[in-house]
Amino acid sequence: MHSAAVEVHPLYGLMAEFDTPGQLVAAARKTREAGFRKFDAYSPMPIHELDEAMDLHDNRVSLFTLIGGLLGCAGGFGLLSWVASMALPLNIGGRPLISVPMWIPITFECTILLGGLTAAISMILLNGLPMPYHPVFNVERFVNASRSKFFLCIETDDPKFDYDRTAAFLESLGPEEVAEVAR
Amino acid sequence: MPQPVELPDKIYVGPVIDEQHSLASVSDKVGGVVLRRKITLGWTFGLLMSFAVLQGLMASATMLFVKGVGIWGINIPIGWGFAIINFVWWIGIGHAGTLISAILLLLNQSWRNAINRFAEAMTLFAVMCAGMFPVLHTGRPWLAYWLLPYPNTMNLWPQFRSPLAWDVFAVSTYLTISAVFWFVGLLPDLATLRDTTKKDWQKKVYGMLAMGWRGSARHWQRYEKASLLLAGMATPLVVSVHTVVSFDFTVSIVPGWHTTIFPPYFVAGAIYSGFAMVLTLMIPVRKFYGLDDIITMRHLNNMAKVTLATGLIVAYGYEMEAFFAYFSADKYEKFMIWNRMTGPYWWSYWTLILCNIITPQFLWSKKIRTSPGILWIISLIVNVGMWLERFVIVVTSLHRDFLPSSWGIYIPTVWDWATYVGTLGFFMFLIFLFIRVLPMITIFELRMLLPGAEVKEPVAHA
Repeated sequence: MHSAAVEVHPLYGLMAEFDTPGQLVAAARKTREAGFRKFDAYSPMPIHELDEAMDLHDNRVSLFTLIGGLLGCAGGFGLLSWVASMALPLNIGGRPLISVPMWIPITFECTILLGGLTAAISMILLNGLPMPYHPVFNVERFVNASRSKFFLCIETDDPKFDYDRTAAFLESLGPEEVAEVAR
Repeated sequence: MPQPVELPDKIYVGPVIDEQHSLASVSDKVGGVVLRRKITLGWTFGLLMSFAVLQGLMASATMLFVKGVGIWGINIPIGWGFAIINFVWWIGIGHAGTLISAILLLLNQSWRNAINRFAEAMTLFAVMCAGMFPVLHTGRPWLAYWLLPYPNTMNLWPQFRSPLAWDVFAVSTYLTISAVFWFVGLLPDLATLRDTTKKDWQKKVYGMLAMGWRGSARHWQRYEKASLLLAGMATPLVVSVHTVVSFDFTVSIVPGWHTTIFPPYFVAGAIYSGFAMVLTLMIPVRKFYGLDDIITMRHLNNMAKVTLATGLIVAYGYEMEAFFAYFSADKYEKFMIWNRMTGPYWWSYWTLILCNIITPQFLWSKKIRTSPGILWIISLIVNVGMWLERFVIVVTSLHRDFLPSSWGIYIPTVWDWATYVGTLGFFMFLIFLFIRVLPMITIFELRMLLPGAEVKEPVAHA
């Protein structure tokens, strides 16, 4: 990043539209092979082949979920043990204050509660949502990205981006249309 | 994408989704119910009727706040009555939703894609109904927050060795995780509604709910991971919830409750009643909204099979209950089962056997499994049967325990019925709202079933 004079490109990127998921996967693979890194594919449903084609392997959701679950587990068990041994110890016929088998249901539920919430929240936040405005929505036909069409957008932030050459590259992928994405 | 399995003609009942559909047509059809369909007279009538029935709950809850639980027919020895029966019944119904959305997802059962959204909504609403009962049953519902562990000036804490405290955690976790799972599943579909609607206010409302979802591959990758993780956690959760519910009974020493078979048999019963409720709701919805090309015969057939299988597990549970009583040689256990079959509540036991064991046997026939009308009636009977099961467990076990001097009879009052029927109204009211406000079928998962979603790369890359 150049801190002094960041040249902001007037466009966000160039977007190609495709008819089938197969075309999109092929296009994404070629885009990556051509050396582009700042690009994204948009589709109305998950396409698992894209993960491999775009080399996507973000495992942070799993990691955060594991941490959340472990915290829930420790928190649940800790709460019960603290309450039963420190906050309100009840001596009932000399029975143990921390009765581990009786702690299992609540400890388990706390594990799931925190793990599940972390999974959902970390997915949403890592995706940068909520983000009501995004430049891709400026492309008129992009409304179909949530219905039946497939899009690939190469961003101007990519060091390899060059308007004419990138446009020609996208045209070579055989799209329905190539559109400029305004910021 | 899961490979389709070739089925022999004898058991093949049709495709998971009508072959005519395309990526665009499923979006328009399912989204159209929300965005374009006119408000019909039937829907308005249903909504108003259920709203009217809901007033039964309002009236009886008000009465309960004023006068206390004495308005119900409960008294020692039968302190549990309708409140606990309905609690267990409702929460059991919820379990099918989680089974469909989580367990069948992990098992890669793609037919679930057309029914999971609706079943999850049913789960949420059923758990809401369930949650009301223990709170009302506490006697002073305005103090129900005492069940939660929070620092207070009385320096008191809940008794964490009690299944009641476990219930609080299990049910609230279940409601939260179900809601989260449901909302995560809704995100891409809300984006579809945002993008297809013509009305400005709908664009704004669905747009805000969709949080700016744009279907990016980088997002989908994390999304799929989070969905799988949620499913993986919801699966043991659903089993744990009904296990904890059964602990409410088994941890006591009452004959008929203190038995080791309860947890698995409660979970099977829950899924059994839940699938029956899914059928009860989906068969009319499928008909009135013309969705039989999406919720196909295959779905009805599969759901009927799950109902039959879980029904058989339940039947095994009943058998084992009777066998345990005999084999334990415990006179109280033996008396309990004999009293169930021949005592004052004999009719409830035998109706239960008729509804839950005899009726589902019809589902062995493929012809019946694929006739929506008959299937619907069977599902209603199973719903009644599963309610009776909880009635039998709660009432016949409590009303005659160890000492004849403490025996009693339970007769539900009009307020018992009003509360119960009122929650049915509440449930239906929410269902009616749901089908017109949110897409009742998961559109993006439907797309994954279509041939158009198959990835066929045009040219091999070098």
